[in-house]
Amino acid sequence: MTVPSAAKPGGPFPETRYSVLRAAGSPDPEERRQAFAALAEAYWKPAYKYARLRFGLPPADAEDLTQGFFAEALQKAWFERFDPARARFRTYLRTCLDGFASKARASARAQKRGGGAVHLPLDFASAERELRDQAGDAADPEAYFHREWMRALFERALSRLAAQCAAAGREAAFEVFRAHDVDADGAPPSYAALAERFALPVTQVTNHLSAMRRDLRRHLLACLRECCASEEEFRQEAQALLGTPP
Amino acid sequence: MTLSDAALDRLRAAASAAEGAGDRYEVRGEIARGGMGTVLAAFDRELEREVALKVVSVAGTAGDTRLLREARVLARLEHPGLVPVHDVGTLADGRTFYAMKWVRGSRLDHHFAGEPSIPVRLRTFERICETVAFAHAHGVLHRDLKPENVMVGPFGEVLVIDWGVARIRGGGPDASAAPSTAGGTAHGTVLGTPGYMAPEQARGEVEAVDERADVYALGAILHHLLTDTAPSAEGPASGPRRRNPSVPRPLDSICLKALAAAPGERYASVTALARDVSAFLSARPVAAHRETPLEWVARQAGRYRTPLLLVAVYLAVRAALIFWAR
Repeated sequence: MTVPSAAKPGGPFPETRYSVLRAAGSPDPEERRQAFAALAEAYWKPAYKYARLRFGLPPADAEDLTQGFFAEALQKAWFERFDPARARFRTYLRTCLDGFASKARASARAQKRGGGAVHLPLDFASAERELRDQAGDAADPEAYFHREWMRALFERALSRLAAQCAAAGREAAFEVFRAHDVDADGAPPSYAALAERFALPVTQVTNHLSAMRRDLRRHLLACLRECCASEEEFRQEAQALLGTPP
Repeated sequence: MTLSDAALDRLRAAASAAEGAGDRYEVRGEIARGGMGTVLAAFDRELEREVALKVVSVAGTAGDTRLLREARVLARLEHPGLVPVHDVGTLADGRTFYAMKWVRGSRLDHHFAGEPSIPVRLRTFERICETVAFAHAHGVLHRDLKPENVMVGPFGEVLVIDWGVARIRGGGPDASAAPSTAGGTAHGTVLGTPGYMAPEQARGEVEAVDERADVYALGAILHHLLTDTAPSAEGPASGPRRRNPSVPRPLDSICLKALAAAPGERYASVTALARDVSAFLSARPVAAHRETPLEWVARQAGRYRTPLLLVAVYLAVRAALIFWAR
């Protein structure tokens, strides 16, 4: 199995669609498959990093564990059985991962999981690079998983924003935003420096940043909504993520 | 696109704030730039009107506190001579701002370039005094009055701006925020502009600064209105007649009294200063000036010019009739 290309940024789940999770329980097999692919896309990286840090697995074993986990989740319809009344989805997924890893290690079968049945084209090398660059705290796995989940969410929202800007011919606005908010190490460049670099008036830099942040927020909330099972969960997650109600 | 921890935190903050100011206001240009921040021309998308945004230069500095205090000071003072504040908040990049009415007009020092009429200038000065007196009545000292901080509109309306270093007496919003200081300004801190700053303020004697410091600054503005220059920042201020001999002596005395080095020798209030200027304009006695008999006659002649002219015309006609009857 591969992640369908349509499930990538700007994919088959329109922003107005309420929840990928709801689609995961759809009677339509194609809709279920797409929902699973979208969930795997959203959660594989936090799961992989979590496996590396929480269980101290070497990269190859963590890759197998991640592949095996999603393969089993698909085979046993774990995501379809999620009950939003009992927990948030990311908590449910992490609990499933904990159980899966525990069983896999006990039976020393982690490396064989998923063999041949399902294989997601996941970029583990990039996740490994990020692990090297980012400090993780294995002592608080819940917080670590949450932060990695946030990172993956923002990365997806950014990808959608980039795609939107490319389609609308607004690459310049995105590049200004990227230089200020994404790529800067430490303190971001001043508006004046950006204005000089991109040959724009300072006021235009302000407008570009303002517009991009507004659009990023929109994409972010859309990504978040897709991963929540209910309006209540969405509002709680948005409040936790942004500190303000959506 | 891989996000570092710093970028993740930055984007989280930006996305949190984006729904606020960043969404509501579209920046359209820069109106002015000062030490504390920048005033931007912006369009309020919600109310569909042009506004001015005053924004601090750097987020997370003392400028944030000052800007907020300025907004709160303006919000509690409602007067035609003060710019109304519409909104206060944080931009997506974390900088504090407040939105206010976009004032169209020119700075006082630019407005009167080429305007020779002293009465016209004095009537504007009276409006400045009225605004400052209103603020004093509500316990607010401006502490940085100067021509650059007074805007004059196309119809002669006056607005006193830049209340960033204002001080509120008796438990205003800043007093509660900084109880260990006076109005958020520590002793020894010098806030103001040389030439327009009272000597006690220039020495950093924060506790000694009261309404009479604003009286001094108004005296300096009056000096500027009469000579197009600020009084000397060093040594005792001289009267405007030294620079412009056409300034009447009573006005010179008013200016000198407002600019007295010792607060006790100045006008006790802005209202008293305004009253003297008003007296001069209507040719009544000026409290700050002891006039000579000749000046008394000249003043009476000015004050009763119309009746005196009528009497003169009447007498001339009578004389002509008597002469004709002979």
